[in-house]
Amino acid sequence: MAAATPRIIIVGGGLAGLSAAIKVAELGAHVDLFSIVPVKRSHSVCAQGGINSAKNLKGEGDSSWAHFDDTVFGGDFLANQLPVKQMCEMGPGIIDLLDRMGVPFNRTAEGLLDFRRFGGTLFHRTAFAGATTGQQMLYALDEQVRRFEAEGKVKKYEYWEFLSAVIDPQRVCRGICAMDLRSMEVVTFPAAAVIMATGGVGAIFGKSTNSVVCTGSSQGALYQQGVAYANGEMIQVHPTCIPGEDKLRLMSESARGEGGRVWVPKDPNETRPGKQVPEEDRWYFLEDWYPKYGNLVPRDIATRAIHKVVHDHGLGVQGMPMVYLDLSHIDRATLDRKLGGILDIYEKFVGDDPHEVPMKIFPGMHYTMGGLWVDNDQMTNITGLYAIGECDYSIHGANRLGANSLLSCIYAGFIAGPHSVNYAQNLAAAPANVAHSFEDEKKRQMEANTRLLSNQGTENPFKLWRELGAVMSANVTVTRYNEKLQETDVKLVELLQRYRNVNLSDKSMWSNQSFMFTRQLYNMLQLARVMTQGALLRDESRGSHYKPEFPDRDDANFLKTTKAFFAPDADEPRFEWEPVDTSLIPPRPRRYDSK
Amino acid sequence: MANKSVLFKVKRQATPTSEPYWEEFELAWRPGLNVISLFMDIAENPVTREGKPTTPINYDSNCLEEVCGSCAMLINGKARMACSALVDNLEQPLTIEPFSKFPVIRDLQVDRSVLFENLKAIKAWIPIDGTYALGEGPRVLPQVQEQAYELSTCMSCCCCMEACPQFNESTGFVGAATIAQARLFNMHPTGKVLKDERLKALMGDGGIQECAYAQNCVEICPKDIPLTKSISDVGGDVMKKAILDFFRT
Repeated sequence: MAAATPRIIIVGGGLAGLSAAIKVAELGAHVDLFSIVPVKRSHSVCAQGGINSAKNLKGEGDSSWAHFDDTVFGGDFLANQLPVKQMCEMGPGIIDLLDRMGVPFNRTAEGLLDFRRFGGTLFHRTAFAGATTGQQMLYALDEQVRRFEAEGKVKKYEYWEFLSAVIDPQRVCRGICAMDLRSMEVVTFPAAAVIMATGGVGAIFGKSTNSVVCTGSSQGALYQQGVAYANGEMIQVHPTCIPGEDKLRLMSESARGEGGRVWVPKDPNETRPGKQVPEEDRWYFLEDWYPKYGNLVPRDIATRAIHKVVHDHGLGVQGMPMVYLDLSHIDRATLDRKLGGILDIYEKFVGDDPHEVPMKIFPGMHYTMGGLWVDNDQMTNITGLYAIGECDYSIHGANRLGANSLLSCIYAGFIAGPHSVNYAQNLAAAPANVAHSFEDEKKRQMEANTRLLSNQGTENPFKLWRELGAVMSANVTVTRYNEKLQETDVKLVELLQRYRNVNLSDKSMWSNQSFMFTRQLYNMLQLARVMTQGALLRDESRGSHYKPEFPDRDDANFLKTTKAFFAPDADEPRFEWEPVDTSLIPPRPRRYDSK
Repeated sequence: MANKSVLFKVKRQATPTSEPYWEEFELAWRPGLNVISLFMDIAENPVTREGKPTTPINYDSNCLEEVCGSCAMLINGKARMACSALVDNLEQPLTIEPFSKFPVIRDLQVDRSVLFENLKAIKAWIPIDGTYALGEGPRVLPQVQEQAYELSTCMSCCCCMEACPQFNESTGFVGAATIAQARLFNMHPTGKVLKDERLKALMGDGGIQECAYAQNCVEICPKDIPLTKSISDVGGDVMKKAILDFFRT
């Protein structure tokens, strides 16, 4: 028997982190929960449309196997199949649990859970709470964690930022090094196991649908410490976003799930407002090209179709890079009941009422399919270090289906939570010299702080970030050309060079947000190279990864997980490829255009 | 109009104990600006209107689409979210200040942890037996779900507390958000098992009785949550409980 109550550190308080926290606390271990923001304000609140599970309450003959098949097929066979199958099998139980926790899921007249359609499936498989399902689920988990917090089983460290893992000479994770975002103090924390739940990397693309905290900095830091980063090139661009000055706001796929139609005027010189363009002058191109799935093709397919219509056919609305997403044919009461939250967002930020007029939307960076490499127990290649949710690479392969992210977050938390406790209970005592690992890590991080504060250069970190976002959005999103990817990597090396010349306008040591952002930026730049080079090396098209020069999927050469390791001496990634587990569903061509 | 600009002033404060001061900024106008994008522009070029170098403005933010509750502040004197504050809809020069009733951390960042403590005090959760497989949840009619959903969209921004004349140190009032959450959990078929404890937590000093029905909360709430209705509902329950308790003793 190991020591009485093992301590588990969880970094990140979104759906994945909170799910893990609940399981760990329930099993009697102690949780130290670290988050940059109060956990209730995590990015999971932005998830809108719903959560998939084959409850089969609509008499359609849906099954966990059908969900599994849709997910693997939607991900273009790049996901290892065993965890996907497990997730789909756990789905109905997870929905029941969330329901018991009080998530206000929409109901049928009989008081049962209601389900709607989502992309990449022909079943009504998506449970939803209005159009703010992620927010509602996060709140339910937050409330359960608050209950454990009141009982002293969870201790929250909010406004703390993860800087690095503490890894002993035997390559076992022994804790973390973190920084108090107010006092700017650097502190190390020991733990029997560490679970990373730090979300996606949207900020690497400048503007995205992600929240401000989704920088990928923690993943970048861990990658530089020797943690493998897998399928970094797999980035989801969501077809329907509202372009904004500060971010791209998501317009949920549920808008199409509830009957929303995507179209453009047939005439590129059309001047009438959308509502006044008669039916015969509209082109519903998704329904035309994909008669069976229509507007509900997977996101990568819809995104490429929109790009094609706008860039190749020159049919963007009023000559702009935009298409219409139209709900105005659906009655107001239904829209308010099922989509209220997202229609409010559109009206608040754009000023038009989507009950009355078609919305103007365009694709934007949305989700990180790649991430920290994990095994089937969610453990990374560093013993005792786990990764769960969007920051891990498993489940979604080369493209994520809508409403699978919420499920994958909870699934991963429910796997890693119990596994980490089990691991902790069987953990041999730390070696006597482990104290050195903590001291060394703290020293390394404090030296990085001093260096940054004393820099006397000329570069503004926020300008460097704009340049990073611009080049990544242009070349490492929807359409990828090897020449452009090479140029991007050259640019990233230049930005890393210029980073050394950065000068902070704020050098104070109290709640210095620009200092923290500048620290994150370095890790973002390093991780951007993993994504860019990963894309460069994958000479095929698969899911979200599309190269016109290599338009077909090439299973003979690329049915493989890309694994990037940081090579410290070269200061760049080194790549390995790992075969994908396709033991349950043999790969088949991925087509959505049949009748 | 050519060369249109945006004029705004920000109340800044370096530390919780230092004196606040104002800084003025002027930026080139472009369509679609919100208050957050003004701050992002300043971070890229931290210079005041007079051309004096300064530091980026510190503020809490995250989702930027009005669901996380982070970026609440006073804009032209009104408690609201900075992300949904569109410059074109605001009178200039914009006046931007931190909330006045919460301790300032730095610039526009304030400490709103009091709300999370209040949620602990009223046991704002469903006391499930465990997370293992225990079958389906209770049946809920759509009408009840719609009522619960409305209350459950509260994002803990604290605008209702900032706007409430009774929310101050002398009353210690918990504020509308907490009371509405008590109503939400008391409504739930399982959650109502803790109803008595929640009502008890809302009795006495700082409890629901401090409300003076100014109705500022419901006016200001960015999510249009029926806060005054919640206060009167929960107030009725508290009253009933007080009377019952009186006769039981």
